[in-house]
Amino acid sequence: MHDFTYRTASSVADAAAKVAAGEDAVLMAGGMTLLPTLKQRLAQPSDVVDLGGIDSLRGIQVSGGTVTVGAMTVHDAVANSSEVAAAIPALAALAGHIGDPQVRNRGTIGGSISNNDPAADYPAGLVGLGATVCTDRREIAADDFFTGMFETALADGEIVTSVRFPAPEAAAYMKFPNPASRYAIVGVLVARTAGGVRVAVTGAASCVYRETAMEAALEGNFSPSALDGMTASADDLNEDIHASAEYRAHLVGVMARRAVAACG
Amino acid sequence: MPTVKMNVNGEAVSGEVEARTLLVQFLREQLRLTGTHVGCDTSQCGACVVHVNGVSAKSCTMLAVQCEGADVTTIEGVADGDTLHPMQEAFRDNHGLQCGFCTPGMIMSALDLAGRNSAPSETEVREWLEGNICRCTGYHNIVKSIMAGARAMAAGQGG
Amino acid sequence: MPKDGIGASVKRKEDYRFITGQGAYTDDIDRPGQTFAVFVRSPHAHARIASVDTAAAAAMPGVVKILTGADYAAEGLGGLPCGWQVTGKDGPMVEPAHPPLAVDRVRHVGDQVAVVIANSAAEARDAAEAVAVAYEALPAAASIEAALAGGAAQVHDEAPGNLCYDWEIGDKADVDAAFADAHHVTRVELVNNRLVPNAMEPRAAVAEYDRATREYTLYTTSQNPHVIRLLMGAFVLQLPEHRLRVVAPDVGGGFGSKIFHYAEEAILTWASSKVARPIKWTAERAESFVTDAHGRDHVTVAELAMDRDGRFLGLKVDTKANMGAYLSTFAPCVPTYLYATLLAGQYTTPKIWCGVQAVFTHTVPVDAYRGAGRPEATFVVERIVETAAREMGIDPAELRRRNFVPSDAFPYQTPVALVYDSGNYEGTLAAALAAADYNGFAARRAEAESRGKLRGIGLSAYIEACGIAPSAVVGSLGARAGLYECGEVRVHPTGSVTFFTGTHSHGQGHETTFAQIIAERLGVDIDAVEVVHGDTSKIPFGMGTYGSRSLAVGGSALSRALDKVETKAKRIAAHLMEAAEGDIEFADGQFTVAGTDKSVGFGDVALTAYVPHNYPIEELEPGLDETAFYDPANFTFPAGCHVCEVEIDPETGAVEIASFAASDDFGNVINPMIVEGQVHGGIVQGVGQALLEGCVYDSEGQLATGSYMDYTMPRADDVPSFSVSTETTPCPHNPLGVKGCGEAGAIAAPAAVMNAVHHALSSRGVSRIDMPATPARIWQALNAA
Repeated sequence: MHDFTYRTASSVADAAAKVAAGEDAVLMAGGMTLLPTLKQRLAQPSDVVDLGGIDSLRGIQVSGGTVTVGAMTVHDAVANSSEVAAAIPALAALAGHIGDPQVRNRGTIGGSISNNDPAADYPAGLVGLGATVCTDRREIAADDFFTGMFETALADGEIVTSVRFPAPEAAAYMKFPNPASRYAIVGVLVARTAGGVRVAVTGAASCVYRETAMEAALEGNFSPSALDGMTASADDLNEDIHASAEYRAHLVGVMARRAVAACG
Repeated sequence: MPTVKMNVNGEAVSGEVEARTLLVQFLREQLRLTGTHVGCDTSQCGACVVHVNGVSAKSCTMLAVQCEGADVTTIEGVADGDTLHPMQEAFRDNHGLQCGFCTPGMIMSALDLAGRNSAPSETEVREWLEGNICRCTGYHNIVKSIMAGARAMAAGQGG
Repeated sequence: MPKDGIGASVKRKEDYRFITGQGAYTDDIDRPGQTFAVFVRSPHAHARIASVDTAAAAAMPGVVKILTGADYAAEGLGGLPCGWQVTGKDGPMVEPAHPPLAVDRVRHVGDQVAVVIANSAAEARDAAEAVAVAYEALPAAASIEAALAGGAAQVHDEAPGNLCYDWEIGDKADVDAAFADAHHVTRVELVNNRLVPNAMEPRAAVAEYDRATREYTLYTTSQNPHVIRLLMGAFVLQLPEHRLRVVAPDVGGGFGSKIFHYAEEAILTWASSKVARPIKWTAERAESFVTDAHGRDHVTVAELAMDRDGRFLGLKVDTKANMGAYLSTFAPCVPTYLYATLLAGQYTTPKIWCGVQAVFTHTVPVDAYRGAGRPEATFVVERIVETAAREMGIDPAELRRRNFVPSDAFPYQTPVALVYDSGNYEGTLAAALAAADYNGFAARRAEAESRGKLRGIGLSAYIEACGIAPSAVVGSLGARAGLYECGEVRVHPTGSVTFFTGTHSHGQGHETTFAQIIAERLGVDIDAVEVVHGDTSKIPFGMGTYGSRSLAVGGSALSRALDKVETKAKRIAAHLMEAAEGDIEFADGQFTVAGTDKSVGFGDVALTAYVPHNYPIEELEPGLDETAFYDPANFTFPAGCHVCEVEIDPETGAVEIASFAASDDFGNVINPMIVEGQVHGGIVQGVGQALLEGCVYDSEGQLATGSYMDYTMPRADDVPSFSVSTETTPCPHNPLGVKGCGEAGAIAAPAAVMNAVHHALSSRGVSRIDMPATPARIWQALNAA
């Protein structure tokens, strides 16, 4: 990797100032994507501003049917939180299947969603559960946050501080992993919420999206059979050596049905 | 160049590093703790697993400077002098290693699991090892080793 | 038998250093004043090098030296040699030059163009990026099919049509005649997928030159340091062996990929005298993917002729094998002498013909990978036998039984050159079927169907030729080396023993297995035995470890050296006990005089050999240090049967290995624990080939599976635990009666898994799935059926 200037931050404001001051500065959360990218010399930042020292960004609060996860909370903490497991078991389960144990020990929710890998799990979690992303500047609905492949609504230097999840009536996440990378070839989160059914899909397309036809079908009949014969449209789905667009489209249907079934 | 200070295997150490120096490079090249290995460049193989502040982490995917003030344990710090840790004993007793290259990472990963789950099932062990690749053993005896090691630790045999 | 002798599952002596982080692998070596090398590599599969400009890079911080292909060529040194010449129908194979640094053309992504040597690895990498290579990209032929197509890009001017050789074995007309009488002919088309060996330790090298002694030392990740010394010294760098030391320290797995002589180790050695400082190079994994020799990569059409009862009448096999861009060290023999000679399998098939076209492509060289030719042969034989059984409506186990070479027919001459020495194919089949509960399969399948799952069971009754190899035989087939092994038993004055072996252990546990043999034979404690390997300055000579040869050949050399030690020790004992030499008996470490109570211990004899005060000095030299070279009389023939049961989720195409049972005949077993471990590891490499691993090049010759993000390495949750057992027919022609166990799993498993997959899918009308049988492929096939 190319060398850079390493900067620690004592607060969110300090981090924001340091990232703004750098010529081409980047923020580092858990580093689980940034460091492999730098190792491959695919990026050459002037400065890396480490959010790891900001304790206020870490932690989980559950109150009044809302789970708030600090941006620097690692996946392992979410996966093993009894409070999360009680409030939104699907969220704990999703976090427990991200990457591998060592990734879960270091990787953070803020880092994951800011990176917005098209095959990452958390974007499906946020969109499927109708979460809200809180930053140092504003609040952004998950539906508006993930804007494209590795792209989000975050402005330059804007820092995610937490994510707020409303507890659904029922939810489940089903992932069909890429056999090599273990990222999602297709991951589907289905949630039945007070505001309606949400079906969020990751891995299949260039960015997480909602399967509105499936949502509509489930509104009237929240059971796997409501999705019988339904697949995603293969148009615009990802195609690579591991899976064709048609296979991904098919898997969206399978994973959605299994997620509905798992909602009980 | 930045100076980094940390505790490695119970000893305070410090060194001058570049910002880009990975923890594994600091351990191997500056501290000459070469038991921690590098087997890939995509953070997947787990040969580099160490403990940072008590939990397992891939030392190829951390900067040395991120470990300022941290407690780091490597495979060299697991045994108590000449007395092997029960997890190390279990790997030897169950032929849980062949070429030995992935073994330090396997043992460090296994110790994290055993700390959370004193009697992991075969399925739990296999799932836990998602981040550790072995090309020699076919995992059969690694899984046996970890189950036995966790049991031995729970039984208080020095764990 | 001593508790740590032959047949005991002794815990490994080598483990302590590995489980405490004290293994010493090549990258762990740090030499004073060491520099670091990074290679500049081609990003193109095929290109002309217009120019290489190193000026900007040379001016960068820390750069010590930059060397290019032109610098190497200017010295008139050699290319990387090929160790085996195959002669085809039209004469000797085409053997193009393989420059260790490309001069005017690059022929695969990763081909090395220049080396940058700097004070740190980071500085070397920074500077390597600044080496400006002007490439003129050329069209590439990245697959067998593309390379054989009319108008294909030519990999080497001297190989028209990209053909390295067109070779055959057997009389085609004779086989055709057998087909004319057939009741039924089964035909299969098979792809043996290209694999990347992926030993977990990436290749590495450290080279240094001592100006005072004019000696070179190379530490390298090798399975056979003497072979590297010979090839690199005599053919590449023209350095005399007595001033070239090659050390292969702890090596983190090989599986064949560390047999071969690679450019990097030669270039480092060459450069070390120029920079007059040690140089280290360690591959990054991405570099391993584009430089380690790959394995397999065959396309085959096979036909099996049978009579009304399913007895095999003849087998015809037409194979095209990918050699990659250059001939790696042993590449030409893999799809010929290590492949076609195994096509009889365990069967009495009387007529066999096999034609093999070896093809150059713009890809990484292909060479031996765990099993080397024999997995490909087993895959052909066992896929076609299983397919034939299904087509004929005969139980696959029964069809095999009808065609087995009977256990009283050994030695058995096959129609493809080999003479099988021993075996009990009925025995391993029966044991494997019992372990797999073959008879209970129908009930399990019905239960799976009730859950919407497809269940299948598959057999693979494999045979391999191991214990490589009788030198005269392989010499007549084109090998440019002898394939004996060497061992030196040095008994120290106090009775402890050091064994120097020319084999190399990179996971196989030789330090324990060989020590058990010595403990058993000499009656010494296993802790009084040390096994040394991997250093040309310590070991007389050696051919190294591959082809499951270490115990069968290296162990036999040990056995012969122990014979010599025992003979000499008996003479000393006879002198000490004032008895006739012929009356001396030796057991459990004690020499006794038959019919008396006189005895003297092995330790006393050893001490006497080195303190020869009371000694037959006029007849016998002092000392107790014996060396033996052993050249085997024949190959060994491990064989057995593996049974795999799978369950497929038809909705996703995902395959789960429900169970896997293996019964193997490895001859006598020294350490059952180690043998089982070898089988486990081999099985998972075979399962990996069948279900997970596949090296993919795009049509431009870019590697699409260049990291673990895309190349699927088997992980712990991809496989179950296994049932493994052994049946024993001792090898009749080597002193230990051993056959070798290192490759069996990788040889047997792919066919077992794929037979099970096809069986599971047969109810849905799917007849062909190629390896790796990924969920996507299975879903696609189910969808198309």
